[in-house]
Amino acid sequence: MKLKAVLENYVFVLPAVIIFSIFYIIPFVWVFQLGLYEWDGILPTKLFVGINNFKEIVFEDPAWWGSLWNAGYITLIALTFQNALAFLLAWACDREIRMKNFYRMVFFIPPVLSEIVVGMVWRFIINDIDGANIINRMLAGMGFPDLVHNWLSDPETALTMVALVHSWKGFGWGFLIFLAGLQTIPHELYEASRVDGANARESFKKITIPLMIPVMVLVAILTVLGSMQVFELILGLVGGEFAGHTSVPALRILASMRVSSRFGYACAQGISFGLILVIISFIQYRFSHKARQASN
Amino acid sequence: MKSFLRYCLAALLIFGISALYGCASKQENKTVIINIWHWMTDRQAAFKELAARYEAKTGVKVNFELYAPSDAYTQKVRAAAQGNNLPDIFGVLAEKKDFASFIKAGHILDLTPYMDAVDGKWRSSFFAKALAVNEFPEGNSYGIKPGVYGAPIDITTIQMVYNKGLFKELGLNPDNPPSIFDELLKIGRKIKANNMQGLVSGWAEVWMIDCLANNYAFNIMGEEKVLDTLRGKVSYNDPDWVKVFSVFKEMRDSGVLASGIVTMINKTAEQLFANGKAVFAFNGSWCVNVYKGMNPDLEYAAMLPPKASDKYPMAIWGGAGSSFMVNARSQNKEETVKFLKWFTDKEQQAYLSGVTQNIPANKDCLGSIPGTLAQFADDMELTTHPNIWGIWEFPVVTEALDKGIQSIIIGEKSPEQVASEVAKIKEREMAKKKN
Repeated sequence: MKLKAVLENYVFVLPAVIIFSIFYIIPFVWVFQLGLYEWDGILPTKLFVGINNFKEIVFEDPAWWGSLWNAGYITLIALTFQNALAFLLAWACDREIRMKNFYRMVFFIPPVLSEIVVGMVWRFIINDIDGANIINRMLAGMGFPDLVHNWLSDPETALTMVALVHSWKGFGWGFLIFLAGLQTIPHELYEASRVDGANARESFKKITIPLMIPVMVLVAILTVLGSMQVFELILGLVGGEFAGHTSVPALRILASMRVSSRFGYACAQGISFGLILVIISFIQYRFSHKARQASN
Repeated sequence: MKSFLRYCLAALLIFGISALYGCASKQENKTVIINIWHWMTDRQAAFKELAARYEAKTGVKVNFELYAPSDAYTQKVRAAAQGNNLPDIFGVLAEKKDFASFIKAGHILDLTPYMDAVDGKWRSSFFAKALAVNEFPEGNSYGIKPGVYGAPIDITTIQMVYNKGLFKELGLNPDNPPSIFDELLKIGRKIKANNMQGLVSGWAEVWMIDCLANNYAFNIMGEEKVLDTLRGKVSYNDPDWVKVFSVFKEMRDSGVLASGIVTMINKTAEQLFANGKAVFAFNGSWCVNVYKGMNPDLEYAAMLPPKASDKYPMAIWGGAGSSFMVNARSQNKEETVKFLKWFTDKEQQAYLSGVTQNIPANKDCLGSIPGTLAQFADDMELTTHPNIWGIWEFPVVTEALDKGIQSIIIGEKSPEQVASEVAKIKEREMAKKKN
């Protein structure tokens, strides 16, 4: 009877296990396996090369490391500028202000837009020859004609423009999560601190920040994962890798598959990239865990 | 538990009955259906019209399925090839080595016997250069049995076009475009002085840079030396290659290149040229249809890229624009080939060319094509293409060359630096190949 009950339980979880295996486990194992082969994606035969693809990534592919560096830069801007903006706006909207529901809705519009559309719209806003040239017009109008130039085709500014547009598109997620986090903090805590003589700055430092650390960690991890994988936005904004200046890992993987027809190498790049993201997330988690313990 | 098992058995029974019913209806249905996958958004309506005409004539149903953009199409075809699920007719949008892989994997039918039947009637209806893209000659380096493995449905040549109205504004003769490079540079200086935009092209999608660089390489050093470079016998450090890279530096310095050309996609370039915002464009013959759609009143003409040297003729990329391949595993092979023959026949090609403004692959209907398109077609004899060279460059070398030229255009690197970097990568790849 007991065996029958156990079997019955297994039967109920079986569909979920099958779906998870088909769509997650098997593809992951297959991608890892393909990473050990040289394969053009067409021929039925594959050449086993062991860990050579991974060695090539580490020792012979400066373009790959350059793309990681670029993605790191975009992530850094997102972690700082984007999340600070999201937190400040969430904090403002958590208070009793007029039209706060309207702001909440407006701030959440950019994240629901398609990346490629955002890229193309911002290209139109920024670019001079094929766009409205708004930034340059503003600069010229404010008396800075020397700063007027093609922001997207200048290697000094192209990546920063990508990072800023990415932050504009992404801050709504952070805003929403921060707002949800702020709303879980009991108002009694603030009232009690006010009774004890704490001012707004002290309440923010001693109540809001410590209680928001788990939310901040979550937002930070999501930001890292989202920013490191950005690529459609780049295609929309600058059309591609732009002499390597806006190259990111996802574009390199795409190039390995489409331009070089090296599916095995592309899979190895995907695995390496996934591993890097897992390590970063783990470090972030450990770091925040320690910070939380210290604040307690 | 019992009721659960009962449900499972009932589900299996229903599934089994529907499967049997499906098989039975398949056997009953004897109508031949030819399935075609393509990526040409602008031609879907014309293809459907031709399919309807063919069905009316023969009773064979032809189903054109559009999968766009071309990147998505390429991935779909590759995925279908891995699962042996390709349709009766499809296209291979890839380099020759990938085309060869499709043949080696048994996905593409050798059309040679059909081409050569009736004294080579079908073969002789095409432009030889268009057919060459789908041909593997005797002793080809891909190890493919010599033959023709695809039928071209139209022709592309990639050249320059200029805006006649803007030429007049610059005080230039609109019927006399620049034929030598120095003239182009002079016009570039005029463009800069008049605060206009010069040449636009999709140079963010780097293959178009590669195309113009190859044109000038053929013009400066000749075909043999270019191919020797691919073979590894000539270094990219060679002064002739430095000259090729310098062409882009000189274009940048003269002001002939439009602002932001390295981050420009071709669609943007086409919009700019069609709206009269750029003097020149570097584009394929498909642009005739695109410009017509964007601005039917645009006054422009095609021209060859101006020669930078008198030593060798200017070469342009061209040949078959789009080709269709027959699935070697198709159940309806013979019917499919019959359809393809009909599809590339004079009447159908003339219809396609008239409706879609593309150069027909069938040389017998060239007389009926409109003016600007005819200018593109006139230079068919000057065309070349990597797919007919029989040898290919390492993709990483091509990538370094294209990105290097982008760096020259943005003033980040000198032609000598780029030549040296590309040469190093080529040496590394050659050494790897030897090992």
